[in-house]
Amino acid sequence: MTPNRTQIIPIGPYHPLQEEPEFFKLHVEGEKVVKLDIEIGYNHRGIEKLAEGLTYDQVPFLVERVCGICSTSHPFACVNAIEDVGGFDIPERAKYIRTFVGELERIHSHLLWLGLAGHFLGYNTVWMWAWKYREPVLDCFELLTGNRNHYAMFKPGGVRRDFEDEDLPTAMRILDGLERPLLMFAKIAMADPVLQARLKNVGVLTYEDCVELGALGPTSRASGVPWDVRRDHPYAAYDLVEWDVVTTENGDVFDKVVVRVLEMLESVKICKQCLEKLREVRDGIDANYKEIPPGEGIGHHEAPRGEVFHYVRSDGSNRPIRYKIRAPSFMNVPTNNRAVVGYTVSDATITLAAIDPCYCCTERTIVVDADSGKQLMGWKELLRLSQEKTRKLMEKYKSRMDRVWI
Amino acid sequence: MSLKIKALTKSIWVFHLAASPCNNCDIEILDLLTPRYDVERFGIQLVGSVRHADAILVTGSMNRKARQRLKRVIAQAAKPCFVIAIGNCSCSMEMFANSYNQMECLDNVSEVHAYIAGCPPKPEAMIQGVVALIQAQLAALKK
Amino acid sequence: MADEVVEGIKAKFGDAIKDVYEKSSRRTFITVDPARLPDIAEYCYKDLACRFQICSGMHMEYGFEILYHFAMDRANRIINLRVILDPEKPSIESIAKRVPAAEWIEREMWELLGIEFRNHPDMRHLLLSDDWLEGNYPLRRDWKEWRGGEHDTE
Repeated sequence: MTPNRTQIIPIGPYHPLQEEPEFFKLHVEGEKVVKLDIEIGYNHRGIEKLAEGLTYDQVPFLVERVCGICSTSHPFACVNAIEDVGGFDIPERAKYIRTFVGELERIHSHLLWLGLAGHFLGYNTVWMWAWKYREPVLDCFELLTGNRNHYAMFKPGGVRRDFEDEDLPTAMRILDGLERPLLMFAKIAMADPVLQARLKNVGVLTYEDCVELGALGPTSRASGVPWDVRRDHPYAAYDLVEWDVVTTENGDVFDKVVVRVLEMLESVKICKQCLEKLREVRDGIDANYKEIPPGEGIGHHEAPRGEVFHYVRSDGSNRPIRYKIRAPSFMNVPTNNRAVVGYTVSDATITLAAIDPCYCCTERTIVVDADSGKQLMGWKELLRLSQEKTRKLMEKYKSRMDRVWI
Repeated sequence: MSLKIKALTKSIWVFHLAASPCNNCDIEILDLLTPRYDVERFGIQLVGSVRHADAILVTGSMNRKARQRLKRVIAQAAKPCFVIAIGNCSCSMEMFANSYNQMECLDNVSEVHAYIAGCPPKPEAMIQGVVALIQAQLAALKK
Repeated sequence: MADEVVEGIKAKFGDAIKDVYEKSSRRTFITVDPARLPDIAEYCYKDLACRFQICSGMHMEYGFEILYHFAMDRANRIINLRVILDPEKPSIESIAKRVPAAEWIEREMWELLGIEFRNHPDMRHLLLSDDWLEGNYPLRRDWKEWRGGEHDTE
């Protein structure tokens, strides 16, 4: 590394990710990124240790607070793990309710990502539209579970709260209303020339890289790796409803957008089937298990970002003696080492965001001259670089743009 | 000083500081900016640098690493500047109080002007909290 | 299908396999010799085409235990390789060079549990701050509460 040419751009640390917010150091030569350092730990709260002091009934509440955006994924994996210790089965109605909550959350999380991705590209229209259509999803959650986020629906052996019959038509109406905007997003993603120019062949992650680093969720499915825990290790009601795993081949950021948009349509399909079944299936919502036998259990759930993995070790008392949590980003974040290097700085923001690490608007970025330590560039300027590039492309493709958006 | 505070109560620019949160309060803050709640019509705007901010929204229970950064960021803010604790975690550390990676509560590190409790607080609650803060500051000025 | 896998591992690494426990058709726990673990892990990862999920390290009464979880996605099955390490000075060969996905989790186990990974390519603090007290491992059973650190450096 030549000291005079390489500069370091620190990104972060203040952008909160689910369990692990990161601090990226981009080593750049001119415009090109040559190396990436990742530092995490700004969000480590010792949840695994805390879980050892709680009873099995309390643990789902704690792990819900691992991440607020996929706040059902962790309890989902947690109850799967606890039920795996004793090999418990749960009532069918509880399975459908779990599946419904899990899938509705996927829609809200992907819409959130789509909006933020739009913001990073300087496409604030996409941001506002995506978040506008996300609000009805949150309304649906509030109606059925009582809260907009952190639903506290799951308990070992079932769910805590039943869906009322009179609420189901409203939920159905909200899901019906979602289909049109989702198709619109699919059309924008597929046909918008600016998005194509900005995202195609950017941040490519090859099939081999994904397998080697164990990338999960939409990140790996965009590279053609068909890993999906819902299909491969069926749990809850995923083997009782019909749906498809979405995969694409190229592994660039564009494909990650496409995978997420198409996945949302699949999720709507699953949610609707669950609601239909909930009208008929009435076998209780809780199996009422009292004792957790000694042993160990593994539970996983395909969260919006990939597989969440929980391991629980029981000694027959009412508390776990070891609780291990693995969030999907733990595997996905190291893939940035491959995806960012070799591209330009203005593409780095969207590539880092493409694995969906919940880039929440609070990043601070400064370009530091590696020799003098002098600040050259802030996060704002980096965002501006990214947005300027989009604006230039917008002017270039102006005539074709009108056709897409009308 | 009083003039500055009076000026501060108009169109508050906020900086969002996440100190090891679970992200939920953060996305609810972002929710405020999007079409349904749209607080920009009151001049409340999210800014990218703490130096432009009139209020700092702190979320999360603040772990060891984040605490160092948080101190530095709050020291960089142009004074006077309100600090608003959003969510149970930053108000009281909630269920993370006994963790090995937590040091102390936010109000030990910095003066806090408003606490908005909830896990997460609804966007309406956040708007109400900011309104209450402004009213309290104006009432204090009149005395 | 199920037994072919276990038999295959047994045939290849005979004496390194200490115990096989089939909890159910979906979960298999294999206790192996720590010295041979990198080879067995590589066999699972390369030859059986398993997906490396994660490791779970834990501190038990009889010593330290690490579980290496490998998912066989086609067969709806998880193979868990269990190693038991010395309670006084836990140490094991790193698999990060053969299974790149394991790099971060080994760093995490090193700082939270104090298990030494020999020949790890990049051993630094991952989650905790760099001024964390040396020899203080929060996930150990005998961990004593420690809230100092930062005051000393400022």
